[in-house]
Amino acid sequence: MNPGELALLALVIPAVGAVLVGLLRSSPNLREAASLTTGGVLLGVVMQIHRAVAAGETPRFVLAEPLPGIPLELVVEPLGMIFALVAGSLWIVTTLYAIGYMRGHHEKNQTRFYIFFALAISCTMGVAFAGNLFTLFIFYEALTLSTFPLVTHAGTDAAKRAGRVYLGILLSTSIGFQLLAIIWTYLLTGTIDFEMGGILEGRAGAGVVAVLLALYVFGIGKAALMPFHRWLPAAMVAPTPVSALLHAVAVVKAGVFSILKVTIYVFGIDFLTQLGASVWLMWVAAATIILASLVAFRKDNLKARLAYSTISQLSYVVLGAMLANTMGIIGGGMHIVMHAFGKITLFFCAGAVMVAAHKTEISDMKGLGRTMPVTFAAFFVGTLSIIGLPPAGGTWSKWFLGLGALDAGQVGLVAVLMVSSLLSIGYLMIVPVRAFFSPAAPNPHGHGNGGIHEAPLPSLIAIVITSLCCFALFAYPDPFFRLISMVAGP
Amino acid sequence: MIAAHLPAIQVLGPLLAAALCVLVPWKRVSWGIAMAGAVTAFGAAVGLLSRVLGGEDIRYALGGWAAPWGIEYRVDAVNGLVLLIVAGIGVVVTLFALTSVEREVDERRIPLFYGAWMLCLCGLLGIAITGDAFNIFVFLEISSLGTYALIAMGSDRRALVSAFRYLIMGSIGASFIVIGIGLLYVETGTLNLADLAERLPALYGERTVLVAFAFLTVGTSLKLALFPLHVWLPDAYAFAPSAVTGLIAATSTKVAVYVLLRFFFTVFGVTYSFGELSLGMWLLPLALVAIFTMSLVAIFQRNIKRMLAYSSVAQIGYIILGISFASVTGLTAATLHLFNHALMKGALFLALGCVMYRVGSVHIDALRGLGRRMPWTMAAFTAGGLSLIGVPLTVGFVSKWYLVLGALEQGMWPVAALVLVTSTLAVVYIWRVVEAVYFGEPSARADSVSEAPLRLLVPTWALIAANLYFGIDASLTTNVAGQAARALLGGAP
Repeated sequence: MNPGELALLALVIPAVGAVLVGLLRSSPNLREAASLTTGGVLLGVVMQIHRAVAAGETPRFVLAEPLPGIPLELVVEPLGMIFALVAGSLWIVTTLYAIGYMRGHHEKNQTRFYIFFALAISCTMGVAFAGNLFTLFIFYEALTLSTFPLVTHAGTDAAKRAGRVYLGILLSTSIGFQLLAIIWTYLLTGTIDFEMGGILEGRAGAGVVAVLLALYVFGIGKAALMPFHRWLPAAMVAPTPVSALLHAVAVVKAGVFSILKVTIYVFGIDFLTQLGASVWLMWVAAATIILASLVAFRKDNLKARLAYSTISQLSYVVLGAMLANTMGIIGGGMHIVMHAFGKITLFFCAGAVMVAAHKTEISDMKGLGRTMPVTFAAFFVGTLSIIGLPPAGGTWSKWFLGLGALDAGQVGLVAVLMVSSLLSIGYLMIVPVRAFFSPAAPNPHGHGNGGIHEAPLPSLIAIVITSLCCFALFAYPDPFFRLISMVAGP
Repeated sequence: MIAAHLPAIQVLGPLLAAALCVLVPWKRVSWGIAMAGAVTAFGAAVGLLSRVLGGEDIRYALGGWAAPWGIEYRVDAVNGLVLLIVAGIGVVVTLFALTSVEREVDERRIPLFYGAWMLCLCGLLGIAITGDAFNIFVFLEISSLGTYALIAMGSDRRALVSAFRYLIMGSIGASFIVIGIGLLYVETGTLNLADLAERLPALYGERTVLVAFAFLTVGTSLKLALFPLHVWLPDAYAFAPSAVTGLIAATSTKVAVYVLLRFFFTVFGVTYSFGELSLGMWLLPLALVAIFTMSLVAIFQRNIKRMLAYSSVAQIGYIILGISFASVTGLTAATLHLFNHALMKGALFLALGCVMYRVGSVHIDALRGLGRRMPWTMAAFTAGGLSLIGVPLTVGFVSKWYLVLGALEQGMWPVAALVLVTSTLAVVYIWRVVEAVYFGEPSARADSVSEAPLRLLVPTWALIAANLYFGIDASLTTNVAGQAARALLGGAP
């Protein structure tokens, strides 16, 4: 099988998995086995594609040609490969986690949950391997629609309201801005293909490029750049595995990944630097970084705090893209990976606390570290990575982003990065610190730890895996670094 | 032998069927005759369009009387496509009607119903195929009379009032059209469209021609429900029997748009309509207002058929918007949307027909929680809704793509943005229903229903399949639409 067909297979496998899950609905054990198996097979396939891409190949596959000259095409380039590797490896871990969580939390409609979960991953692979703007747009929208049933999983009024916000913002920004930008690009250049160095140079003036860039950056609402960020906190009504994989990895990373991709392959970083069209957007990203951190401080609900932390961290990637220089792109690309592993660990821990101790508010978690040591130790590791401290992987992305800001001559942005790191110490580190060192709140039942113990075993294994990955990425960031260097220019 | 007479068969098939339907007393037999009529028309339409796409310009002298004395039928890419839409929808909806009509229409009237049904189809096909101005008026009246009767047979008593209102409005529109045609005849001495197109350029300065143009424009706009002449449409769609709504929503306004295109571009010519009279400046704001206000109004409707009716007025706005650009891309978009909107609205109204069959109401409260009881019907509604919104890989997206491209080509990027933003209004009104269907608590009546029978689901899903197929592979439709657009801008047919 050639690598192009493998790319198609990466989309088909989760879809087949969804069908299998549906067929095996009467036997939960078999159903979960099917989920895990598809996860494993998918990871194998993605690894296989990686081997080809690392060797310098560009696998292609044309699915269909809906409009003349506008094919539905898969092309695997290094940036997409990074995204596919992250999503593929974290899917299987999340499935493991979800098995423990969904059963421990006695969630209803679990079959429906696993089906749409698998479909969402299929769409994510489509986003990662999209060969042109049109294909990217299709899978981007499909991802929104396939995750809607997951966000509204609980079916309560609050979930429905959140679902409306979710769909409303994501669909309206993508249709209103992004699609307009795509069609406009097509009109200007006669193509919608991604090309190294961009397609717009020499075909559009500075004014048009500035407007187009804004349309793309705000139109890709999944990147949660303020003021189009409200959907992300709203989506936190979803079960925690969804928040973990989709709203810390797949969906939001699809957003920032698309922004990086458009910056590199549609505008071209040299062309952008030359025009200076992206400077004001750097500051929008910087403002989002700081403002979202400040909002995170005020949230006592752990998932809400993590959501705002995600908004802040996503803008690091946007910032990297808008810096439009080699170091900025490397930093942005690396941050997709590092933040994914760090944040998914944090979400896993939040879910574990919810399942094991039925606590959602940070102020209730005092002293909980003694009864759930593994969970809070993992939370600590994830926090290190998010802040960007050694020995966790997040160090690298912050390092390169800082370098990129200096290269662009934006010393102010370096200050923003510093302040943001300090802020995240304040709002994230406090959680494990209180859990370990504050005295526990008096137990209303008056005896021992109130029967609280660690989360179910599958979930605990998942938590340990991702937190170990945070360390591994510090020691061994090389495969990702090599991939991103292939697109970031000299 | 038969191939040579396809243009006549196109119209005579349904006409004969109309007469036969009324003569037989058995409802199933009269349905069979109607079905035969519809299939004949569809076969003829396919044959004609394939010949047109082969590069042939079809001219047919009816009864052997040569034009301009006799009536001439002419088919090019534009009306070839319209014929295919009308006849294709005709077959699917007739299939649907068998079961749906038995539930919604008084049993004794069913043969009459199919008589009117075939008359309506015959009239619509006739308008599309004829190359004679007066003949257009005649067929317009045939189809309208059929439609009035069909709407009045709705089970809700308000159907009578809405049919009557449509009768009044439709007759005003038809009188305007016949006055316009009369004025043109006085001025040029011919009724043949091709002859008119040849003689009019010499008379562009005449006030009579201008008045004729005005009458024709207003009359046709009434028939196609261009905002603000749309007031007859929502009630007519809402209270007609389900199958009838499916038929007229998918075909009759489309045919009226075709008449408009024929007169603007072929007869008067683009230099007169859009150059001298700058019609674009009038159509553009009307289209935008239609799209915006009617989408907003749709959001607040609680009867879902009525909601889709308002949505239709908005969608007609999109078609008119494409026309107002008077460019190849704009007209391609308009023609494409003519076809695509027929597919999506047909599918949506048929899905509602399934609901009507089982639940007996299409009020939003009656739809609550139906997602579990009628999964296939509701999946069809959702898919049709996505197409209406313009989600990629459905036909709705293809139309939007060309429409936005056309607007940007003219440098009207605010219009392009508005087209896309208004799609999100469609998201709102479709999603309201989807939410009720999948999250609502079923009412007592809805809780006991089962899935619609296969005889209703098959035609509904046939249209949904077409929505998806032509969304994934739009090469055929864009090719025909492009050819039609060039034919329109090229002047004489």
